[in-house]
Amino acid sequence: MHIPDGFIDGKTAATTAALSAVGVGLALRQVRRRLERRRVPLLGLAAAFLFAAQMVNFPVYGGTSGHLLGGVLVAALLGPSAAIVVLTTVLIVQCFLFADGGVLALGANIFNMGIVGGAGGYWIYRLVCGALPGTRGRVAAIAFAAWCSTVLAAIFCAGQLAWSRTVAWPVAFTAMAGVHMLIGIGEALISALAFLAIQRIRPDLVGDVNEAGQPGLWNEFARYGLLVAVGVALFVAPFACAWPDGLERVAANLGFEEKATRPVLIAPASGYRVPGVHWAAGATALAGAAGAIVVFGLALLLARSLVKEAKPEA
Amino acid sequence: MINDLVGHHHNRLENPITRLPAELKLDVALVIIVGTVVVPPWWIGWFASAGLLVILAVLFSRIPLVFLLKRLAWLSPLILSVALVNALQPAARGSWVIVAMRSTLCLLTVILVSNTTPFSKILRVLKRVRVPGLLITTIALMHRYLFVLTSEAERMARARASRTFVRDRRARWQTLSTVVGRLFVRASERAERIYDAMCARGWK
Repeated sequence: MHIPDGFIDGKTAATTAALSAVGVGLALRQVRRRLERRRVPLLGLAAAFLFAAQMVNFPVYGGTSGHLLGGVLVAALLGPSAAIVVLTTVLIVQCFLFADGGVLALGANIFNMGIVGGAGGYWIYRLVCGALPGTRGRVAAIAFAAWCSTVLAAIFCAGQLAWSRTVAWPVAFTAMAGVHMLIGIGEALISALAFLAIQRIRPDLVGDVNEAGQPGLWNEFARYGLLVAVGVALFVAPFACAWPDGLERVAANLGFEEKATRPVLIAPASGYRVPGVHWAAGATALAGAAGAIVVFGLALLLARSLVKEAKPEA
Repeated sequence: MINDLVGHHHNRLENPITRLPAELKLDVALVIIVGTVVVPPWWIGWFASAGLLVILAVLFSRIPLVFLLKRLAWLSPLILSVALVNALQPAARGSWVIVAMRSTLCLLTVILVSNTTPFSKILRVLKRVRVPGLLITTIALMHRYLFVLTSEAERMARARASRTFVRDRRARWQTLSTVVGRLFVRASERAERIYDAMCARGWK
């Protein structure tokens, strides 16, 4: 899901960079204020861990294999602000050292995978945790949040590609959301299994959910939530609401739609028509909504089968 | 695959490009990337001159061409697939060439810079442009332990593979995620030792 350079235009790059800078700045301030000094090196090591863990290949089907993405896993282990710092670090190193993800697209990648995927995923995790008690609840929460975070990050990515007019929204949305609904299932499984493994080996590292609920958590939620909301307003809402989007309609009313679409090279995605694609996007949205419910049920079943004994320790 | 990604790094290579100051390289690379992304597609002159500059730099840097092509191939599936999607749109024919060209040019630039500039120098430049210290520390630590943990992950996965012979996918997922979990535990134990070592050396 790493967006390369050249896929998003200047305006999208600048907007996402600004949003990410605010998000990462908030996260750094929060970490500096709240994280114990002992745990500062853990941020760097957790980033290195994510990178190394992505080298472990899980066989999927036939010859294909997948790997952990890890946003929600790290967020569940370290908290949302630390997770944003860790994920940002991973993305910066991947960008400058391995050319994975563009330099100008760094802001977009940090926004999608760090802020939406990490912090956003964390809040889903917390919400489900609040509803379901115990280890079982946490495992289900991690699995569900991991799926949601993967799909959400993909939707934001599609929105940015559409806003840059690189790929038309229905095409980008159908492809990205569709593929990542499948990838998300693997991510959910690996995250839940890895979380359980860590809990088995070092229960103290996993800690208690409520222990992570320090004061100021609601504040963090509000701030990152605001950022994500701005992102929704910019990248997703304009496309998802009405298919001939607002801008296009205005353009049509003012009569410069023709002018805007004629030099095909400027705006590759504008004014194209592929029959059935709009329908496909709608179907994908429906499938996503239904999928979320199904995945939630599956996450509950997974937790039930993985955490056999409901430990009566409390 | 691991070796492809982390093994062959050519930044120790002796060549004129590596000897250039890091700031200069990063600035030029940034100008090329920003220009390539922002410039309208009919500015063929820009693409041609930027492309020529990058290709010349590649030749001077003596980075093996096979390595470069491998990296490009490894990173371009997304570029190709999006280009393909664009090519299928009747109204957008031709524009996918622009998208592919832009991304390939930027990609080539970054691969070139990252393989001719030691990462510590990139970090120094980041520090100079006021990236917060905590982020720099984290990036430096990640870079330092990236290779340690990657080879640790490789060793653990190999040890697992040589001990368990199951065809059952479920069991393999279980053991592999235990490897991932154990890797995190080892990383955090290492972080504790690093903290002690940092304190012993008078950190902060």
